Amino acid sequence: MRIPCPYCGPRDSSEFSYLGDAAPTRPDPAAPGAEDAFFDYVYLRDNPAGPLEELWFHASGCRQWLKVLRDTRTHLISGAVFARPKAEVAR
Amino acid sequence: MSRLATGGLIDRSRPLAFTFDGRRYTGFAGDTLASALLANDVKLVGRSFKYHRPRGIVSAGPEEPNALVELRSGARREPNSRATVTELYEGLEATSQNRWPSLDLDILSVNRLVAPFLGAGFYYKTFMWPSSFWEKLYEPFIRRAAGLGRAAEGDDPDHYEKANAFCDVLVIGAGPAGLMAAKTAALAGARVILADEDALPGGRLNAETHEIDGAPGHAFAAATIAELGALPNVRIMTRTSVFGVYDGGTYGALERVSDHLREPLPFQPRQRLWRIVARRAVLAAGAIERPIVFGGNDRPGVMAAGAVETYANRYGVAAAKRLAVFANNDGAWRSAFAARAAGIEVAAIADVRPTIAPALLERAKALGIRVIAGGVVAGTAGKTLARIDIASGSRTDRIAVDGLAVSGGWSPNVHLTCHHGGRPVWREDIAAFVPGALPPGLSVAGAAGGTFSLAGAFREGFEAGAAAARDTGFAAPALDAPRAEDESVALAAFWHVAGSRGPAFVDPQNDVTAKDVAIAHKEGFRSVELLKRYTTLGMATDQGKTSNVTGLAIMAELTGAGIEATGTTIFRPPFTPVAIGALAGHHRGTEFRPVRLTPTHGWADEQGAVFIETGAWLRAQYFPRAGESDWLESVNREVKAVRSGVGMIDVSTFGKIDLQGPDAGVFLDRVYINTFSTLAISKARYGVMLREDGMVMDDGTTARLGEQHYVMTTTTANAAKVFQHLEFCLQVLWPELDVQLASISEQWAQIAIAGPRAREVLVGVVDPGTDVSDSALPFMGVAEARVLGGVKARIFRVSFSGELGYEIAVPARRGEDLARALMAAGAPFDITPYGVEALGVMRIEKGHVSGNELSGQTTAGDLGLGRMASTKKDYVGRIMAARPGLTDPERPSLAGFRPVNPAERLRAGAHFVPVGGPADAAHDQGYMTSVAYSPNLGHWIGLGLIRRGQERIGEKVRAHDPVRGGDVEVEICAPCFLDPKGERLRG
Repeated sequence: MRIPCPYCGPRDSSEFSYLGDAAPTRPDPAAPGAEDAFFDYVYLRDNPAGPLEELWFHASGCRQWLKVLRDTRTHLISGAVFARPKAEVAR
Repeated sequence: MSRLATGGLIDRSRPLAFTFDGRRYTGFAGDTLASALLANDVKLVGRSFKYHRPRGIVSAGPEEPNALVELRSGARREPNSRATVTELYEGLEATSQNRWPSLDLDILSVNRLVAPFLGAGFYYKTFMWPSSFWEKLYEPFIRRAAGLGRAAEGDDPDHYEKANAFCDVLVIGAGPAGLMAAKTAALAGARVILADEDALPGGRLNAETHEIDGAPGHAFAAATIAELGALPNVRIMTRTSVFGVYDGGTYGALERVSDHLREPLPFQPRQRLWRIVARRAVLAAGAIERPIVFGGNDRPGVMAAGAVETYANRYGVAAAKRLAVFANNDGAWRSAFAARAAGIEVAAIADVRPTIAPALLERAKALGIRVIAGGVVAGTAGKTLARIDIASGSRTDRIAVDGLAVSGGWSPNVHLTCHHGGRPVWREDIAAFVPGALPPGLSVAGAAGGTFSLAGAFREGFEAGAAAARDTGFAAPALDAPRAEDESVALAAFWHVAGSRGPAFVDPQNDVTAKDVAIAHKEGFRSVELLKRYTTLGMATDQGKTSNVTGLAIMAELTGAGIEATGTTIFRPPFTPVAIGALAGHHRGTEFRPVRLTPTHGWADEQGAVFIETGAWLRAQYFPRAGESDWLESVNREVKAVRSGVGMIDVSTFGKIDLQGPDAGVFLDRVYINTFSTLAISKARYGVMLREDGMVMDDGTTARLGEQHYVMTTTTANAAKVFQHLEFCLQVLWPELDVQLASISEQWAQIAIAGPRAREVLVGVVDPGTDVSDSALPFMGVAEARVLGGVKARIFRVSFSGELGYEIAVPARRGEDLARALMAAGAPFDITPYGVEALGVMRIEKGHVSGNELSGQTTAGDLGLGRMASTKKDYVGRIMAARPGLTDPERPSLAGFRPVNPAERLRAGAHFVPVGGPADAAHDQGYMTSVAYSPNLGHWIGLGLIRRGQERIGEKVRAHDPVRGGDVEVEICAPCFLDPKGERLRG
């Protein structure tokens, strides 16, 4: 599999390590019901057949966390962006 | 001799001697083992898998199911080598397989008499019961009877390489379509790789007698290759099989660098595994000729029609003296005419079709070849073929021949198109499966796509090459295809001569007959997937290249469903076998993975250290001295030396992470359970970090070097994981924090000195005027200083051993100098280098947790570290660590253990059960995580996790070890065995 790293260019997937679905965001720990929200955040994942935005870490490259759009049925990768929001990347 | 007087693309000036089953023969450069055997009239080359039937060569390519030999000898012996693709070299040694005592006289051929028990599904039927018979009777019988050659017993003396290549257009196969595609893309300017498994590119152009632009086909191929080879943007890879299509335009290929030599040249690999990344690829892999199934079709001398033609044209070998042809298509007639032109007597052509094209009939008549239209082979005779019976209508002709050329049509090599799940599609007009959905970026040209004529191959090759060039940003030239024949490839689908005499083999390599297919049908195993597994059709090393389609066609006849509805099994990589050695490459033995060496490795080696692998690192385990009888004696000495004097150890393997930025303190507060933003500059603090699920991830000390500058240490094992986690927290969770991270594990060498005399040794290495007194550098103090005369250093007053201790960090390249300087400065105090064993003993004596306790299943509370957790802030894992299951007081927690009888040895992994109670899972209270012999206490000690451990000090339980045996009564104690108040490390 090849991942188009926005910093390094297209690279073999063996340079990256995989985390999983990029959708869940860390809940507010101070909000009411935080315990249930964290349980969902840590354990509950969808398993879609189709395009999925995933987190990959370019461990043997630029050390950036990326959001990679991969089709789980075909491994077709249709894009990759920095996980860090644009404003912070620019800084 | 069956070598023709002239012709062939062999070098008759270079004879090569070789042996087969110990007998000496001679061939020529350019021969394969198969062509050389045929030239020497060797027709019987092996025995079959189950029935030990005599078998001969049937093909001239990679699809060969029969002519498998053991190649070479000793540690280089390689079983199941296909004689048809084995290039001949001087001194080649080959041995036939599956015969005993000899190829000619095989005793196990009596298996044919028990054939009824070895038919379809015999694994599931004959050997069902009683199960006790398996080990003693069935398995040895099957192993003796059904073998496929013997693997070498010694280690492979050759080595294998891995390599990467990148191109715009990869062309797979250098036949007419591939040559044309490569040339078109190359002239457009694309970077092209042209790969062909053969040593001689050209494909069918080398095997047939076409005229192209007025020149022989093989000359055209050679000229095109020369033209391509002169282009700087083209790489031609011969002897290279593209065996798999992977994701993102990645292709696996095997280059047989030295297989055509007796031994690899010095410093040359035997084979090279390529990972080719191509923006576009053209599959021009050609097609494989199919047999027709009839009784006695496995007799040596029965061969594919195209193979007979190939042996005559390319190798100058007459595969038979007197030949008959049995076919269902026009192409086989051309093979017959080619054989006749090469000087082989063609006795008859039997074609299943009642009506034959007049042009073919005329040509046959002119050549004096008898034609039997509507004829089929009804039986064969001879140990090697001596006679065939051809039935047509009500009459049978008995014809004496020593060769029978068979053609049932052609199967396109669709294999690579299936590697992304594409299913081949049935095309009725050519009675063949053609590629279905293609992997992204791959196109198909020529016979691989079902276009069998030469002119068609050129045209499609041009189109595919031009499209690939355009897709990769190059303007394709106008069509300039060579002039070639658009020959007829008409055929009538025909699979099986029903009612023919004798066993009719569908898959000769696995000995699957038409009758076996019928049994599978009768017993309900009718889907292609069940047919394959029940009969083992297509499951041998050839993966059914010549047999799959025929087998499922026969099944389709039986079910009446038709081939399209029956479907086909799909193909997975590799297309042809790939040696495990090639997949491993250089990664074997001690080179299995890279080894990391500490900065003081060379020095430790000089000291006679024994090394141990810890993760990727090689660390000093202990430093034996003359007269010491075992490791324990050395370790005891090292521990006592540290506790009574001073010792030193390289701790560079710890992960070291530099954190800088205005938010560094806040960031650390969020990743550690305890607080670091309040840590004073020039101080260090022990920290524990959790995973978000509430379990402990790692621990270590982090020092503050400046207002916005911290240095974190991690455990050796988790260095990469923690770094990745911190980057995740910064980039994904809290991108608003202004912190920069850098791994500095490789940049700093770090050496710990520990023991009552440690300060005196430290004084000896710091530059004059550096104050390292207790007041200037107290416990958990940090100093940036100079050592060894101006070398930048960081000195951390931390201790893992529980003694007065310092860790001194210097730039990595000065680590060895520091070790030598410490040894010199410590000489008056008899400084003792110690290894990870002594380090482990001392940390257990102090009750410090390590990898065995940080198992990913323990909470901070389990490890007695719960009170460190801040209640004034949020941190990773805080919410989930508060779950009832993780705060349950019944959870096993850390405690110390000592044997009630001090003479008894403890074992890590032993489970705690009640004294006098049963030792079973229901009474399991926890387990011992770490043990050591404490030379200071004079007995074994252990750390472990036991239910309510911290409340049960003084209680006795049993440490039960059913794996290694042993049941030791132990007393639960505090996890710290020595100096519980920590007075020594503040000394």
